[in-house]
Amino acid sequence: MVLRLSELDPAEAKHLGAIKCPSFAGRPFVPPKPLDQRRVAIVSTAGLQRRGERGFAHGDGDYRVIPVDTPAADIVMSHVSVNFDRTGFQQDINVVFPIDRMKELADAKVIGGLASYHYSFMGAMEPQAAEPAARALARLLHKDAVDTVLLVPV
Amino acid sequence: MREHTEIIQPPRALWVTFVLGRPLGAPNDPAMQTRVLKAALALLDAEHGPILADYPERVGEVDLEGWACPVSFDSKAPECDDLSAALQREIRELAPWHLRAIEHVGRTTVGVSGMTMPDAARFLSTWLDRSASPPALPTDALVTLKASDAIKYAIEDLKAFYLEAARAQPGGERASMAQQADWLWGETALGRLFFALQPIFSEQDDPLIRWIAARTLIPATQAHRRSCSNLR
Repeated sequence: MVLRLSELDPAEAKHLGAIKCPSFAGRPFVPPKPLDQRRVAIVSTAGLQRRGERGFAHGDGDYRVIPVDTPAADIVMSHVSVNFDRTGFQQDINVVFPIDRMKELADAKVIGGLASYHYSFMGAMEPQAAEPAARALARLLHKDAVDTVLLVPV
Repeated sequence: MREHTEIIQPPRALWVTFVLGRPLGAPNDPAMQTRVLKAALALLDAEHGPILADYPERVGEVDLEGWACPVSFDSKAPECDDLSAALQREIRELAPWHLRAIEHVGRTTVGVSGMTMPDAARFLSTWLDRSASPPALPTDALVTLKASDAIKYAIEDLKAFYLEAARAQPGGERASMAQQADWLWGETALGRLFFALQPIFSEQDDPLIRWIAARTLIPATQAHRRSCSNLR
């Protein structure tokens, strides 16, 4: 994640500081295994979707699917927030969705492999709104033999 | 935000100091992005958690000296008394640069609204007439859009169009984030349009349009321009 609240504009810091974070009963922690045996999926909250798909809207807690072979030109952003920089994404998708970098790491056998599908939520929503979709996504990741998720927050 | 992570305590988290919207650092810097990823992936070796680790590398940006968008929008031109006409003129002038941007970068991020840029500008400009009924969506828009979604997507498509075009001009790729934002919000009819629309959207019956006005139209870093914007 990026920045502290104190580094934001005061109005934005007040808005984000008021967000009620979810609490969890447990702290699951999976024992490590070698990186080169891991199958990794990227889950972004940059509000990404494939061109032509329905965009994200206020309060959306669902996700969009990005197949691993989707060209960068076919991925657009419909995040609702106005208070983050989009010029990085406009110049290089890897700033928010590091698919090319992860492919390079897979080719170099640093990681075991990449999932067939990757996903994007849209970060400006109540966390609880995403719970049903997140639980469904966890089942999909399991079916895709994913054992490692790279969460990239925007 | 770091504070949120400290509360939620995910199993493994890497804190970076990059600006919001750039969690992997600088664009077109594969080496840096790979360093960030490797630092995050290295957390997977930990046997106990939760872990919140600090990534040490920082990215600085320097304003490009003397950068100015070469598409000079003459604020004294007659059509500047008509914001809608000024907007269409700007789009025409930027269009060749946007084509160049697509050639150079290999992609554009414009397209969520499904509208052409002239139509997107026309759609938003129509809202300036407070006495008129809410405008219909352009025929090339995604047909299932609500008005609030159409507004938001048109806004973001236009901003992306302007910024992608501006960066395609000589030296534009080195303009800082702040320079790009200051140009769009302070020197274009598009920026003036957004400031003009905010009070109008604030009066709408649709709560989602009012929400756009309140939360997601003017960035916090540009809010200071409201008091001195050229509302016409």
